[in-house]
Parts: sequence; C-alpha cells; structure tokens
Amino acid sequence: MIETVVDVLTTAFLIFGAFFMVTGAIGLLRFPDFYTRLHATGKCDTLGEVAILFGCMIYSAYHGMPFVVFKLLCIILFFFIANPTGTHAIMKAAYKTGVKPWRVGEERR
Amino acid sequence: MLPMQEVFLAIGMTIACTILLSLYRAVLGPGVFNRAAAVNVIGTKVVVLLVIVGYIFERPMFVDIAIAYAALNFIGTLLMSKYLERGEVCSP
Repeated sequence: MIETVVDVLTTAFLIFGAFFMVTGAIGLLRFPDFYTRLHATGKCDTLGEVAILFGCMIYSAYHGMPFVVFKLLCIILFFFIANPTGTHAIMKAAYKTGVKPWRVGEERR
Repeated sequence: MLPMQEVFLAIGMTIACTILLSLYRAVLGPGVFNRAAAVNVIGTKVVVLLVIVGYIFERPMFVDIAIAYAALNFIGTLLMSKYLERGEVCSP
C-alpha cells in the first residue's frame, strides 16, 4: 500500500519536472531574443530539475538509502543558489558588452 | 506497484531529447552569449540525467559524479561570463 503511494508520488514529481524541462527547452528554441531565452531557461529549468530530484529523493527515502537522500538534498540546495547566479552572470555580461534587448516589430535574432 | 525502472527510463529519454533541443541553440545560436547560455543549460540537464542513470542502473555512486559535475559546470559558467564581460579572467 505505502509502496504504491510512494511510486505514484515519485512518478508524479518526475512527470511534473519533465514537463517543465521540455517547456524550458522549447522556450530556448523559440523565443526571439537572448534575454527572453534566458528568462525561459532560468526559471523553467530550475523548477523542473528540482522537482525531478525531489521525486528521486522520495524514492530513495522509502528504499532505505539515507546518504543518497542527503546528497540529493545538497544538489537541490546547490541548484537553488547556483542556477540563478549563473543566469544573472551571463545576462550581466551580455548587458555590459552592449547586446540590445528585442522590441516588438524587430527581426528575430 | 508501478514499474519504476521503465518510468525512470522514460524520464531519462525525455531529458535526453531536451538536451538535443538545447544543442541546436548551442551549435547554431547567433553570437557567443546564446552559445554560453545553452552550454550552461545543457550542463544542468546533464546533472539530472546522471542522477536518473544512477537509478536505472541501480548504482548510487552516480550521485557523487553528479555533485562534482554540477560544481564544475557552475564554475565554468561564471568564468566564461566574466571572461566575456572583461576580456580577462583574473585581474586585481
């Protein structure tokens, strides 16, 4: 009984995260500008990856692997700090070197 | 009682497809900033793919490799953005 609940919860978190990762990849392909592309990937990828790792954490916690749970928790905390920091660093570098934001009516680039 | 091996396999294949989609932007993206951002995205996706591969093969040691790869990818992204911004990496 409990195993069924754990499996369904894990599958739900994995599918949730995979949906957000696919959405972020489509945004990286389809948006017209560098800044809008970073807007898509910076948020969707963080949420999707953290959801997938949380699902794996539930699965490991039920199957008796406490060290794996601790390591996955470390990866989740690291992602929450590092992913927005990397996005901000790239965006600041692009802004300081003079990449112009896209406006409505311009050509896609 | 779901078949968890198949679920992990399906999620891993989905992540591999998103990596291929991001690889288009990393290869053909106009300008160096698009390429740098796409490489950062691919790196973070590969970390999650490593964890999923560890569950498929039932070897928990893949999580350690994922931690090391996440740290390396973050440092690489910061250094690349700093180099693109200033034209040099370490200056007083």
